[in-house]
Amino acid sequence: MAHSPPSNSGQAARTGTSTGPQKMVFGMPTPDEIVSGAARELRSRPQFPPGFGEGQDADDDAPLPTEPMTINMGPSHPAMHGTVRIILTVDGETVKEADVQVGYLHRCFEKEAEYATYTQVFPYTDRLNYVSPLLNNVGFAMAAEKLLGISDKIPERAQFIRVIVGEISRITDHLTCVGASGMEVGAFTPFLWMIKCREWLWELLEELTGARLTHSYVRIGGVAADLTDNFSARLREVLAKCREAMVDVEKLIVKNRIFRDRMDGVAVISAEEAIAYGWTGPCLRSTGVPYDVRKDHPYLVYDRFDFDVPVGSTGDNYDRFAVRMEEIRQSMRILEQAMEQIPAGPFKLDDPRISMPPKSQVYNTIEGMIGHFKQIVDGVKIPPSEAYSYTEGGNGELGFYLVSDGTGRPYRCHVRAPCFILMQSVPKLIIGSGVADIIPTFGMINMIGGECDR
Amino acid sequence: MSKADLDKLVAQFPSAIVSTHSKCGDDTAVIRSENLLDVMRWLKGSLGFDFLVDLTAVDYLGRDPRFEVVYHLRSMQSGSRLRVKVQVACVEDGPNPTVDSVVAIWPAANWQEREVWDMFGIKFAGHPDLRRVLMYEEFIGHPLRKDYPKEKRQPLIRRDYSME
Amino acid sequence: MAENYTTTLESALNWARKYSLFSYPFVTACCGMEYMATAASKYDIARFGAEFPRFSPRQADLLFVVGTITEKQAPALHRIWVQMAEPKYVVAFGVCASTGGFYQNYNTVPGCDQIVPVDVYIPGCPPRPEQVLDGLILLQKKIQDGTTWVQRRDRGEKHGGEWVTPRARQPGHLPIIS
Repeated sequence: MAHSPPSNSGQAARTGTSTGPQKMVFGMPTPDEIVSGAARELRSRPQFPPGFGEGQDADDDAPLPTEPMTINMGPSHPAMHGTVRIILTVDGETVKEADVQVGYLHRCFEKEAEYATYTQVFPYTDRLNYVSPLLNNVGFAMAAEKLLGISDKIPERAQFIRVIVGEISRITDHLTCVGASGMEVGAFTPFLWMIKCREWLWELLEELTGARLTHSYVRIGGVAADLTDNFSARLREVLAKCREAMVDVEKLIVKNRIFRDRMDGVAVISAEEAIAYGWTGPCLRSTGVPYDVRKDHPYLVYDRFDFDVPVGSTGDNYDRFAVRMEEIRQSMRILEQAMEQIPAGPFKLDDPRISMPPKSQVYNTIEGMIGHFKQIVDGVKIPPSEAYSYTEGGNGELGFYLVSDGTGRPYRCHVRAPCFILMQSVPKLIIGSGVADIIPTFGMINMIGGECDR
Repeated sequence: MSKADLDKLVAQFPSAIVSTHSKCGDDTAVIRSENLLDVMRWLKGSLGFDFLVDLTAVDYLGRDPRFEVVYHLRSMQSGSRLRVKVQVACVEDGPNPTVDSVVAIWPAANWQEREVWDMFGIKFAGHPDLRRVLMYEEFIGHPLRKDYPKEKRQPLIRRDYSME
Repeated sequence: MAENYTTTLESALNWARKYSLFSYPFVTACCGMEYMATAASKYDIARFGAEFPRFSPRQADLLFVVGTITEKQAPALHRIWVQMAEPKYVVAFGVCASTGGFYQNYNTVPGCDQIVPVDVYIPGCPPRPEQVLDGLILLQKKIQDGTTWVQRRDRGEKHGGEWVTPRARQPGHLPIIS
């Protein structure tokens, strides 16, 4: 069977096109040449098709012709953070265009909030940023209290408890983000260690609130129940163990060549661009802007604690990671100070129009029973007004814009979701970088589907 | 300090202001939609409100003008916050209500305006890419309007039980 | 009264299948956090043989529908299920995947069994990892007994006769369900 001289087929298979410079390095010898022994000579000399190199640029470094390819990433993908779809147009491995599509977890929080009483909205808020649910609870409660005008009447103990559980939730948020991002770039052990720390914190919160993840612990006027008796001792134990685990994790990944190469210098953004794009939270602080709602607009009792706000310098993925790790440590500092300073007192505002009467009154007095009934059926009646209250969520400024109409149900409840606004600048971060850079970028933005899509 | 900024705004654009208030501690100005871009540019340029915190809308069904587009602004330098509201009327079965887009002033408004279009049906003139962001393109209607029933589903796919 | 539907060969195959489940975690929402906790070291799912999440439907045999399925996400879920090779099992993880949870609105599918046939429902919001492992053990029992959806369909039982008809993706052609 005759072997034709080298044709375009190999080259076409390589580039997907049938035009372009002819490049063939070694040719196949014909059977006659094998028999005649000339093949040994032929094999050592490159065979070119006739006419090759004449009138053409025979430069070996000329780029092969390519076409950009459209790839779909998501909405179901291994990145554990959230469900998002990115339609990428790539040229080789370089991203040329990216269209980020969210909304795959749009669970209509804002519409549901219009049909639920203010207290019934708390379970919905848990599921917004579901890795730091208590921060959302606290944010919504503060918005409702701002509408009522009772923000300064919340008992101090309740404010301390809100700070404590809020900071524990922030620690779990950052642990999950760092662990999952580490796993996505290949570091599986830190993921297991961070989840181990998270389990300890969840067990602590389960003792306190009754649930591991969706606590619904905060109420308008305070919190639902007081701290358990051994909470302080358990918290100290858990924080000590978490600190050791964090040291272990840092030993594994901070100086690891692979981790640093994948995170350093990837997805850089400048401070001016970040502010223009509406960034807040650890991502904004990684660019050098020291904006933290707890320091700039202190709420609850944050002004009584001594803590630092970690700030990065370059705004790349590694800075976002480092800011989050340092924030975990600062949250632990706040927790220790809070546990020392917490006063005794009521854990909920004792106003029958706002909080539910204690069960002993509900079952034994008629006023208690009626109060309980009206609270459940009508809800907390807030006079018509509007308020925007903002707290520092896990990802940035978490704001609740509440409009009330005099009934016990919100007229409009809008969530200023920090990672929705972060996601709109993701195309800017990934265009020009490789496909593999999308994963650590997306992980360090910490997009939580429940919060982004609400 | 936000109150001072609000007073400066009222002094600069007296004809554009419909009303102001400071209920619940938030300084708010309601302005006319035709002056929106001028006011916003001035707020960013002269008063230093370089950070658009939030952009949303509220549907006051039964009131004319029906919608209100709400902007929350913050100045990174001074930390003062301001709320600016624009009232938009909606004609029943008429064209979509339209407001000028502020994407050229704050790029952060991009997806937030898309969300307002998606949920309320308010168009933004000058927006580079106004399409739905949270709902799918085949969805008809604007779900956060008060006259859209909460449980009206428009499924893309369902199982066919006719074989059972 | 559990009739033993399976032959000896099928028993052996089912034994092998149930202890080597390769799961595709179709993670959408908060239940994903409990899935991570179940797969992590404390509530080790690897003890039950279901350790490896295979992030390609072609390589997986267990579809874990974790979290709320929205109308926008539903065609993707159906497609992933169709792409899986048989035998395939589906576990609805969490109350949102089972019945829609406490979300009753225009974008939430009331249960992923409106899209794919489900073998085991694990309630909980989110379910504790012990509940998840209980559900997994129940699925393993079903596989061994031959009572999962694929096995019943292969035997020709009436329960396993349904399939999905995707509707045309054009505006105005969607049915309205109130």
